[in-house]
Amino acid sequence: MTTTSSRLPSAPHGAGGRRRTFRAISRSTPLVPALILLAIFLVGPMGFALWGSLTNAALTGYRAAKPQFIGLDNYAALFADADFWNSVVLTLVFVLFSAIIGQNVLGLAIAVLLRASSRIVSTIVSTLVVVAWVLPEIVAAFALYAFFSADGTLNSVLDGLGLGSVSWLIDYPMLSVILANIWRGTAFSMLVYNAALGEVPPEITEAAQIDGTNTVQRFFLVTLPMIRRSIATNLMLTTLQTLGTFGLIWVMTGGGPGTRSSTLPVLAYQEAFRFAQVGYGTAIAAVTIVLGAVFAAIYIKILKPEVES
Amino acid sequence: MTSTTTRAIVSPRRRTRVPLSVASPAPRRGKLIANLVLAALGIVFVVPIAWIVFSAIDPAATVSISLPEAFTLDNFSAVLTYSQTILPLWNSALISFGTAALTVVVGVLAAYPLSRFRQRFQRGFLYGVLFGSCLPITALMVPVYAMFVQLKLLDSLVGVILFMSATSLPMAIWMLKNFMDSVPISLEEAAWVDGASAMRALGQIVLPLMRPGIGVVFIFVFTQAWGNFFVPFVLLFSAEKMPAAVAIFTFFGNHGAVAYGQLAAFAMLYSVPILVLYLVMQRITGSSFALAGGLKG
Repeated sequence: MTTTSSRLPSAPHGAGGRRRTFRAISRSTPLVPALILLAIFLVGPMGFALWGSLTNAALTGYRAAKPQFIGLDNYAALFADADFWNSVVLTLVFVLFSAIIGQNVLGLAIAVLLRASSRIVSTIVSTLVVVAWVLPEIVAAFALYAFFSADGTLNSVLDGLGLGSVSWLIDYPMLSVILANIWRGTAFSMLVYNAALGEVPPEITEAAQIDGTNTVQRFFLVTLPMIRRSIATNLMLTTLQTLGTFGLIWVMTGGGPGTRSSTLPVLAYQEAFRFAQVGYGTAIAAVTIVLGAVFAAIYIKILKPEVES
Repeated sequence: MTSTTTRAIVSPRRRTRVPLSVASPAPRRGKLIANLVLAALGIVFVVPIAWIVFSAIDPAATVSISLPEAFTLDNFSAVLTYSQTILPLWNSALISFGTAALTVVVGVLAAYPLSRFRQRFQRGFLYGVLFGSCLPITALMVPVYAMFVQLKLLDSLVGVILFMSATSLPMAIWMLKNFMDSVPISLEEAAWVDGASAMRALGQIVLPLMRPGIGVVFIFVFTQAWGNFFVPFVLLFSAEKMPAAVAIFTFFGNHGAVAYGQLAAFAMLYSVPILVLYLVMQRITGSSFALAGGLKG
């Protein structure tokens, strides 16, 4: 594969290396604007993240103008900081429960139900789920803030049922943002799984039916294995999307009360812009980027055969 | 498998139903249960959205949902001032349009050699781009701020557009490359034989054939930029440059005495364009999957 894909098509015999190189360069020139943009504004900040995390840069004053190199001090401070570890745990909890479990399981469940329900119900429900996803993040965040707030809809309903109300955003901030993120992000998984289920050839499930399996067995033994690629892809994408969630949490809880819902992006923002510790905040960002990079690398590993084709 | 990205994915409306065996009671009961469960989920999903719609037309809107007892457009007229709504929406439009246009132009140029010629570095580049499309951009905001201080790009719409374009480029390049792959190269070969340059073949043969694909990518990037909150929140300071996402947050961000009706009215004015664009995109692709179009890449 490697040799065929790297060979230039229709390279004339005896064209010579120089001509070939020239043509390779001229053919690739349209890539240049993209390369410049990506290098300055995407790779640049990543490099800045790694370099900046090694300085004592501040937001204002002398240390903003002339940050000093302080080596791994930020990381040493970071790894000794209970807030940081709290934040790492909260981030993992957030990703695990809202993306890996919540969005994926609910998305798959809805996708399955859509195929078993009547057309009008499936159209209405899938539209609503998609609208929750298409809404601007900040609007969704306000809507969910209202839903969970002390005088909000959820408590009105609970009151009406005589169950008493709970200060969701104060007492259960993580639960609130996790549920909010499930509400907001499930559409993606639903669409992915709906598509994947549509690709499963009906003959196979029918054959399993003839073999005497029941619906549940067919689902777990036939359908799930057949869509496992979509599951892997979707798990990774929802994980990466959720890892970067900021607006939703910022509007709903502001990372609080205290630091009880400060995931890594929130903590990085607070350290850098509230407490003006840009270097320290950058170190948190660097850790988040590395975390994302690990997930991205796994994801690409899964996708590898498709890139090669 | 390269066509996966652009493949129209069947929405529930159009799916082909699997003919089930003779009218046994089990499927019918299954259908009833599915309908009931979905309806319950639908209620959970609709309530926060309905809160916005009801509050916007309710003269006495509260933080809890309730059917408006009277109908009013006062909330809309209260927020529809130049500085509170019109200017922020205009800024959102500027940023989104600039980002989408720049991304599509740069993306098309980049996708062309990637789709048409095989180069030694190509696989590495595509992997790198794919990798870039995966990274959590919010994690980059602190270093981007620090970098923009040095580049003197803070509080600049151009800076925001450049950064947002760079972050949407990886996905756009993948989507555009896949759309381009589905345009047969034989059409251009004829043009090349006639002496047309690669760029001319791109402009006159490939682009017209992939207009729907370009439309999808444009709308995709546009809606992402329109909804983006964190990037302008960090990189812009001046009130007159704020897009709607940040304006709505600064007006109503401190959850004190909030005029919920006005908040909802503003939210609707800000959300409707994005919902309309999503519908347009659905029309183009014939699929409800358009926004996730870059899924496989």
